[in-house]
Amino acid sequence: MTATATAEAEAPAPTAKATHFGSRRLRREDPALLTGEARFVDDLHLPGALWLGVVRSTEAHAVIHGIDTDAALRIEGVTEVLTGADLAPLWGGAALPCAWPVTDDMHNPPHLPVAVGEAKYAGDAVAVVLATSRYAAADGAAAVAVDYEPKPAAIDLASAAEPDSPLVHESLGTNASYTWELTPDPDAVEKAFAEAEHVIEERFIQQRLIPAAMEPRGVAAVPSPAGGELTLYSATQIPHILKVMTAVTLGIGENKLRVVAPAVGGGFGSKLNVYAEEIICSALALRKGVPVRWTESRSEAALATIQGRGQVQDIALAADADGRVKAVKARLLADMGAYLQLVTPGIPLLGAFLYHGCYDIGHYSFVCTGVFTNKTPTDAYRGAGRPEATYAIERAMDSLAAATGLTPEEVRARNFISADAFPYTSCAGLIFDSGDYHAVLDRAMALADLDARRADQARRRAEQNPRQLGIGFSSYVEMCGLAPSRVLASLNYGAGGWEAATVRVLPTAKVQVVTGATPHGQGHETAWSMIVADRLGIDPDDVEVLHSDTAVSPTGMDTYGSRSLAVGGTAIYMATERVLDKARVIAAHRLEASPEDLEYVDGSFRVRGTPASSVAFGEIAFAAFTAHDLPDGVEPNLEAHATYDPPNFTFPNGTHVATVEVDTETGAVEVVDYAAVDDCGRQVNPLIVEGQIHGGILQGAAQALYEDAVYTDDGQLATASLVDYLVPSAAEAPRYRLDSHVSPSPTNPMGVKGIGEAGTIAATPAVINAIVDALRPLGVTDVEMPASPQTVWRAIETARGRGGAS
Amino acid sequence: MSLVTLTVNGEGRSLDVEPRTLLVHALRDHLGLTGTNIGCDSSSCGACTVLVDGLSAKSCTMLAVQADGAEITTIEGVAEPDGTLNSVQQAFHECHALQCGYCTPGMVMAAMSLIDEYPDLDEAGVRSGLEGNLCRCTGYQNIVDAVLQAAATAATANAPAGSTP
Repeated sequence: MTATATAEAEAPAPTAKATHFGSRRLRREDPALLTGEARFVDDLHLPGALWLGVVRSTEAHAVIHGIDTDAALRIEGVTEVLTGADLAPLWGGAALPCAWPVTDDMHNPPHLPVAVGEAKYAGDAVAVVLATSRYAAADGAAAVAVDYEPKPAAIDLASAAEPDSPLVHESLGTNASYTWELTPDPDAVEKAFAEAEHVIEERFIQQRLIPAAMEPRGVAAVPSPAGGELTLYSATQIPHILKVMTAVTLGIGENKLRVVAPAVGGGFGSKLNVYAEEIICSALALRKGVPVRWTESRSEAALATIQGRGQVQDIALAADADGRVKAVKARLLADMGAYLQLVTPGIPLLGAFLYHGCYDIGHYSFVCTGVFTNKTPTDAYRGAGRPEATYAIERAMDSLAAATGLTPEEVRARNFISADAFPYTSCAGLIFDSGDYHAVLDRAMALADLDARRADQARRRAEQNPRQLGIGFSSYVEMCGLAPSRVLASLNYGAGGWEAATVRVLPTAKVQVVTGATPHGQGHETAWSMIVADRLGIDPDDVEVLHSDTAVSPTGMDTYGSRSLAVGGTAIYMATERVLDKARVIAAHRLEASPEDLEYVDGSFRVRGTPASSVAFGEIAFAAFTAHDLPDGVEPNLEAHATYDPPNFTFPNGTHVATVEVDTETGAVEVVDYAAVDDCGRQVNPLIVEGQIHGGILQGAAQALYEDAVYTDDGQLATASLVDYLVPSAAEAPRYRLDSHVSPSPTNPMGVKGIGEAGTIAATPAVINAIVDALRPLGVTDVEMPASPQTVWRAIETARGRGGAS
Repeated sequence: MSLVTLTVNGEGRSLDVEPRTLLVHALRDHLGLTGTNIGCDSSSCGACTVLVDGLSAKSCTMLAVQADGAEITTIEGVAEPDGTLNSVQQAFHECHALQCGYCTPGMVMAAMSLIDEYPDLDEAGVRSGLEGNLCRCTGYQNIVDAVLQAAATAATANAPAGSTP
């Protein structure tokens, strides 16, 4: 991957001498993970622990008439079976938290950790078993007999929104949780559509996805009966938020609760939550005075961990005769599932501002209705609202290209926000920080070798080759670096968007960095050490990064939404500056100079113009520790804390070009080339950036081609194992070719933006646009996701007038 | 209960387990070798891959009693005692072939077995050879590159004396 030389030259370097920033430093996290030394939750050795087994509803919607625990209690090792009613006093009737009431009148029915009286989805916890081993807990859970009376269930999203649908929560009288609208100027939107030369109207279905982090969830709650404290180990992305929420839900003192996220095997948003099992294990551990632990099975994960996406999208574009878009309307139904989890209702709204994509349009209207269904709750999954928005606009732009006779790249180029328009105030009210979308598109076309591919495509079309070629574009911009706290307040989000950091210089000049960002594969330890080492002029190996344990890192807002570097990294940068400020005062005292006359070069302060007069960082660290000779008013020790609340989001962007081969006789699709150009601002470590893009692309392509959480009409999840739910392997994965453009974000001092979700956001429409491009001459204008061979074959047959009947 | 005798990472071990105990649980819960991970319940993900008598096997698909008398290598037995990584581990590190690292022990064991079995691995061979090991983070490209790098290292090491590369 090469950076854009001109952009690099124009922007000020983030440090006077950046030795490490921008280098492909290998990850320090790797050795422990490569040797089995890393400890995940299930690896913890906890003598005397009781294992939790969860009895889950086999019905999508049912009254529970009785729970027979006798057979379970006869199993050796089973010590107790508890129903929802038995457990209710433990949480005093408190429900699992939803921290994002997006509207004042949003319906948020109580979501108890274990259901009482009625089950609302297949997978809903209805009872728990405690046992002395994991096998006995599983046996016990399987032996609990529940007497269900099935009720009509709302399964299909669009049907659930109809007035005659069965109701998930009868007391509400509706399946609608909320309706949220953003239409700054309704009259202008209508006028634009009335005057449009081309009106594009499309309906797209975002299927539900199962996040499938390779480590299923795990929880271990370890009490200290004498001290009254509880340590909660969880495979979570959010130990800090989990601590607050667990304390509030259980009514225990937050000061008595410690949350630890040990090694965490991926999350992708699915571990950004407060789950029933975390509350149940905590409550039971406190009551029993012994550790209580639970490890999710993969099938359980499909049912009991949140799912992603799940939308019906209606998008309309109004464009003039030249293909310039004047207005965009988006209408969504968003599947909430049976209950609202931590940020369920807000997920579609993370895309609400982005349905106009990278395009400079005049007027905008967005309306989303959140709909309850008798299915597993949805919540954040990689990209969270932004992949959905990007999919809709990028598919619609290709439809506009077809309607106007323009190429996909030309229709994009005509509508892009121009490079000289930044900072750009969007029609949805955001201020986009920086970018050069045209340059990125040009680079992507070159990388994809577009002319040669188009020639190959033309040749195959001319010879009516059964293997047709399709080239699909996807240009995206996303908002990340979540988030300015005041903006979150305006969206009714229940917390701030800051991040905290401490930089602590030890007496021997080794450094501890404490971060509130909680890694689960992102390489924070490596990246953070590079940032600090550069600022202090020391070796990254002398910088230790501490995280993921609230006893060590008491304040933080954790890791999601591609925020860690732009917010958490900036907090570290700021704390390091404060350390240097203090060190400078101590150095000036020792050098009998004024602090303003000092410069910091190669790990030493020296008097400007008198390089011989210098004091090394290590000397200052030790002087701060001994405190024998500090200037008046300067406290001992060298340590600084910073909390950074970003003034704006950051706006990574890019253009991806997928080339696919479609076998028109079988419907099989193969991605034969994937070219991606991303602008994530400055890159601390391009090695890590590329890894994030690779994995993101495959997750996005997997939505396009393979993955689908399929529910039967009666609400059974038919894809609850990795046999049925098609997470791609190396055999399916394409090779990715990457390039980058760097427009530093002016929002933060390092000019960084974020890259965790970009690939996933871009890839899905790129792949589907490529398939449609291959088949458009056959009359195909849409292919549903996932584009399985059968789906593609049926689309071809339908277009050929053969109806797709087998 | 059944008595099972194994040689694990070169060391003789005896353990008394329920006959239904999976090999992976015997390794993790009875022997404390928690480096081998569990990612599914359908033999699909390969996180639990170990070597049984030198060949890769998904240890969730095998009962501990079936492994009685076998020689097992887990991820804990791969690096040198001083922590020096073996060539596959080192290639994974150098190629950034892991992110969260949960699939990694299984991926490394599968790759070792693959390289051992096929001296002339190419990219297609690596991709199909690792089809039974899922990774959700990396998109596989760096894993494939790492395995090819390790295979090249192995080929060089195994070249007959005097031959030129």
